[in-house]
Amino acid sequence: MDALSNFGPWLDDVLRGIGITILVTVLGAAGAFVVAFVFGLLVRSHRVGLRFIARVFIEFFRGTSLLVQLFWLFFVLPQFGYILSPIAVGVLAFALNFGAYGAEVVRGAINAVPKAQWEATVALNMTPYERMRRVILPQAVVGMIPPFTNLLIQLLKSTPLVFTITLIDLTAVTDAYRRAEGNTGFIFIVSLVLYFVLAYVLTLGMNALEARAKAAIGQREPRRKLFQPPFSEPVEGELI
Amino acid sequence: MTWDWSVALDVLPQLLYAFVRYTLVATVLGTALAAVLGLVFAIIRRAHVPVLAPITTAFVEFVRSTPLLVQLFFLFFVLPEFGITLPALTTGVIGLGVHYACYLAEVYRAGIEGVPKGQWEAATALSLPPRLQWQHVILPQAIRNVLPALGNYAISMFKETPFLALITVPEMVQRAQAIGSITFRYLEAFTIAGLIFLVASYPTAIALRKLEMRLGH
Repeated sequence: MDALSNFGPWLDDVLRGIGITILVTVLGAAGAFVVAFVFGLLVRSHRVGLRFIARVFIEFFRGTSLLVQLFWLFFVLPQFGYILSPIAVGVLAFALNFGAYGAEVVRGAINAVPKAQWEATVALNMTPYERMRRVILPQAVVGMIPPFTNLLIQLLKSTPLVFTITLIDLTAVTDAYRRAEGNTGFIFIVSLVLYFVLAYVLTLGMNALEARAKAAIGQREPRRKLFQPPFSEPVEGELI
Repeated sequence: MTWDWSVALDVLPQLLYAFVRYTLVATVLGTALAAVLGLVFAIIRRAHVPVLAPITTAFVEFVRSTPLLVQLFFLFFVLPEFGITLPALTTGVIGLGVHYACYLAEVYRAGIEGVPKGQWEAATALSLPPRLQWQHVILPQAIRNVLPALGNYAISMFKETPFLALITVPEMVQRAQAIGSITFRYLEAFTIAGLIFLVASYPTAIALRKLEMRLGH
């Protein structure tokens, strides 16, 4: 009870913290989505040069740790005269890092579309753009959603890192409460549960998207599957 | 600001020391803990141990859906309130180990399910007691299946060891930041730290991909 009455005045801060967490997650995911498609398509290019550049980009951002990238953008970039706001740094780091993982997802899903589908588009004399837009992508997207869901949850779970670059997200508020009020166990449990709920909501949303994408290419999903629990899978394991 | 090789050469040995002394130690111990604990979780769930199995499932799902960093903070700040005070590195290894054990529990589950049903039936037909069934028939086959995935998780964990910096473990990124804040040469410090990660993880990832192909996945 004591813990609860102390918690009252913090409610606004906690809500603002959640707001920042969600903001970074959503913007980071949007950026990562764009990066993933650009590099996922480039890495399948017929031009060796483009493919090489995309491959180097992907391996570079997957291979150097996210926290190092975040710190690099936050501490090193200003020394070259580029000063970004902490939010921009966080979003950019997530977009590049998770975009690199996502590019592999995009590449894999496009490659997984049966060869006959490609042949059919050629036989129908479609332009390269039409092939992608009307035949290949609608099928590939279905395969992309589950690994994208995992990456999205992974991204959400990485957002506490922005606390190291001065953003006041949920973790930062949790830490501030710990310093001010004690009650360490209580506040950390609250914080973990809040993250769990966020992850769960994201998963439900992504499952709904998957059902829609499947319906669009004529595969129906039992509705029950929407409410299966979340689960973030492997970063690397699944995606290579 | 331009790249200064003398600074870089000065920084490199300091970072390598922190890398070997903390980053690698945390990765190896964390992976070992995760590999064992993950297997325990998977067996408890698979063998439907009463009471323990549902608790394990709930625990695994909860840990997988919440941030590692907050879990580390939880261990680091909450355990002392119960009178358990551990060194920061030990806390970090436990945090990493438990977090990844929850991922690995799923990996093992897939590996165990991948063992053909006939193997279980044969083990039962030979009336092996459950412990021997697991030990001599199921696990040797299941673990072989999951080795590449286990390796990939070890690499992921490796790249998440910088999280330990936030619970005061002086690992490589922490060291790089300290160097940067004293000398203001963030460029060399963070760039080299990033490259060390890349140089260590990329060849390992390729070796694992080869292993995966050889095992015929």
